[in-house]
Amino acid sequence: MSDPPVLEVEGLVKHFPVRGFGAKGVVHAVDDVSFAIGRGELLGLVGESGSGKSTVANCIMRLVTPTDGAIRLKGVDITHLSRRALRPLRRDMHMVFQDPYSSLDPRMTCGQIVGEPLDVQGLARGRDLDAQVVKLFDHVGLRDELRFRYPHELSGGQRQRVGLARALAVSPALLVADEPVSALDVSVQASILNLLRDLQQELGFSCLFITHDLATVEYLCDRVAVMYLGKIVELAPTAELFADPKHPYTQSLLSAAVVPDPVAQRARQRVVLEGDLPSPLEPPSGCRFRTRCPLEERSAPQSHDEEPLLVDTGGGHLVACHLVARGERPELFRPVEVSR
Amino acid sequence: MSLLDVEGLSVRFDTDDGPVHAVDQLSFTLADGEVLGVVGESGCGKSVSFMSLLRLLPETASVSGVARFDGVELLASSNARLRAIRGRRIAFVFQEPMTSLNPAFKVGNQIAEVLRRHLGLSRADARLRTIELLDLVRISSPERRVDEYPHQLSGGMRQRVMIAMALACDPKILIADEPTTALDVTIQAGILDLMRDIRERLGTAIVLITHNLGVVADVADRVLVMYAGRKVEEAPVHDLFARPQHPYTVGLLGAVPRPGSGRLQEIPGRVPSLAELPTACAFAPRCPRADQLSRSQVPELREIEPSHLVACFHPGPDAEAT
Repeated sequence: MSDPPVLEVEGLVKHFPVRGFGAKGVVHAVDDVSFAIGRGELLGLVGESGSGKSTVANCIMRLVTPTDGAIRLKGVDITHLSRRALRPLRRDMHMVFQDPYSSLDPRMTCGQIVGEPLDVQGLARGRDLDAQVVKLFDHVGLRDELRFRYPHELSGGQRQRVGLARALAVSPALLVADEPVSALDVSVQASILNLLRDLQQELGFSCLFITHDLATVEYLCDRVAVMYLGKIVELAPTAELFADPKHPYTQSLLSAAVVPDPVAQRARQRVVLEGDLPSPLEPPSGCRFRTRCPLEERSAPQSHDEEPLLVDTGGGHLVACHLVARGERPELFRPVEVSR
Repeated sequence: MSLLDVEGLSVRFDTDDGPVHAVDQLSFTLADGEVLGVVGESGCGKSVSFMSLLRLLPETASVSGVARFDGVELLASSNARLRAIRGRRIAFVFQEPMTSLNPAFKVGNQIAEVLRRHLGLSRADARLRTIELLDLVRISSPERRVDEYPHQLSGGMRQRVMIAMALACDPKILIADEPTTALDVTIQAGILDLMRDIRERLGTAIVLITHNLGVVADVADRVLVMYAGRKVEEAPVHDLFARPQHPYTVGLLGAVPRPGSGRLQEIPGRVPSLAELPTACAFAPRCPRADQLSRSQVPELREIEPSHLVACFHPGPDAEAT
């Protein structure tokens, strides 16, 4: 137990200033987000467009510099390290991107793409490098001859395998995957998700898996964090979250997800959220979800004045809701057991 | 008699690299007020089939077959005749509401244009009717929204505007091509509710083209599964999900993660090239049930139970082990 978690995020804040077009202000992309990922753990980060989930990933990878808070990778604070100081630590974290078309350099062969991290980190050269790339291709289920092909010659699924091989080339402790299967067809998605699960079990890396698809999270992840407008509203072990969602937003999200079963799908009750996502330029005071929360009346006026804190309701099930904190149960939606 | 009756629809594109047979001998019907789900993966021909009916494809496409809509043969109609049908009696909603709306015009004017052109309404009448339509698709404060530009609306609202525009002339058929794919789940739920509502209140027949089996399970009455330009299975929605027959349908259903599912089922290999017309089952190279027969002959569609059609020599609901 002496080992620190692979990743610790504490009080992460990222504000983007906006100027021009008559608008002036600050986009509150991520506001005070904290979580940790243990060794070999898969944490799912779900939320809709604009919830700030990708910004969290970009902060962790230091692709953007956080406004405030701390990010620790294996106990080392990397929040303010210079690019140079960060470089050796980059071995320990790699990213897989959503779009397998634009995240691979079109002028490099797939073999070069996969070998590049090894080269940059000075881990292998010449024949040794080739041998490792051959192994990696085999690992992610790509035919060896594809090493000499260019990305445009490959299908979407094959390209995403190249992206995965590149990310895993230096055996990182942490893999950050930002919507890695969203751009793929259903049958291809299945093979990439299976591959990711197999590789994780074999290599034991930790993973932050970002997606808007709840079913994928349920299939893959150990724990799930749900984000809404820059905040984590609920964080729980996967089975717990899906069986007993506590936050009204999580409940509405689960009720809206479609399942490929006409009987179950048509029988389910749906929670319809009124209105649109508020502007992250001026997030609502107090509880950020209050403008769309169907139970707002019950929590007012506290919801206007006070921000709900993420509190543990037992068993590592964290919820940020005034009603839950008071011991009430928001019950908009009960998951139905789907027999199959 | 059905509202739309399509027989032997084929679409071929002549490209620099030779012909591409995007749709091959597709036949189906659509009844009044029915919701037909059309599923398949990228490149299976699901969008092209419906665009070809309204002559929305580029000139490199050659379309053949017969498509009867309310006594009119669409494919042989003159451009002028088709113009009177397209947008008025059969309307289209596309996937990307941002690129389908003109960013330089107010949304109200874009809807009103349809009304003025097709129905010859005056400017004032068109505006009133536009507000009614925005209200119909449940956009709040339509009197204000009518004067807004597309960029002022959220993604879900833009899609509602597109649907309002499609419903402007009270069409008999609404063809929605991946209407919720670009949207978040909570917004998607609202659009699907709206589709159901439109069918109930206006009796519009809806063709829902999607790759999402959950969406089909939610709103469709009948489902058509396409693979490599052909229809491989067709059935009432409950039959299809309870007893899928084609190994491709079985594979698709097994590929979707769902509560309590074990390892996801993969469909090995990839979609075949459409350069040549098939001489065998197009799915055979990826099929666990493939044998000599399916590698040498194209399976015909047959009705294995009432209204349940499948094009496979070895139909059955189980995923057989490879």
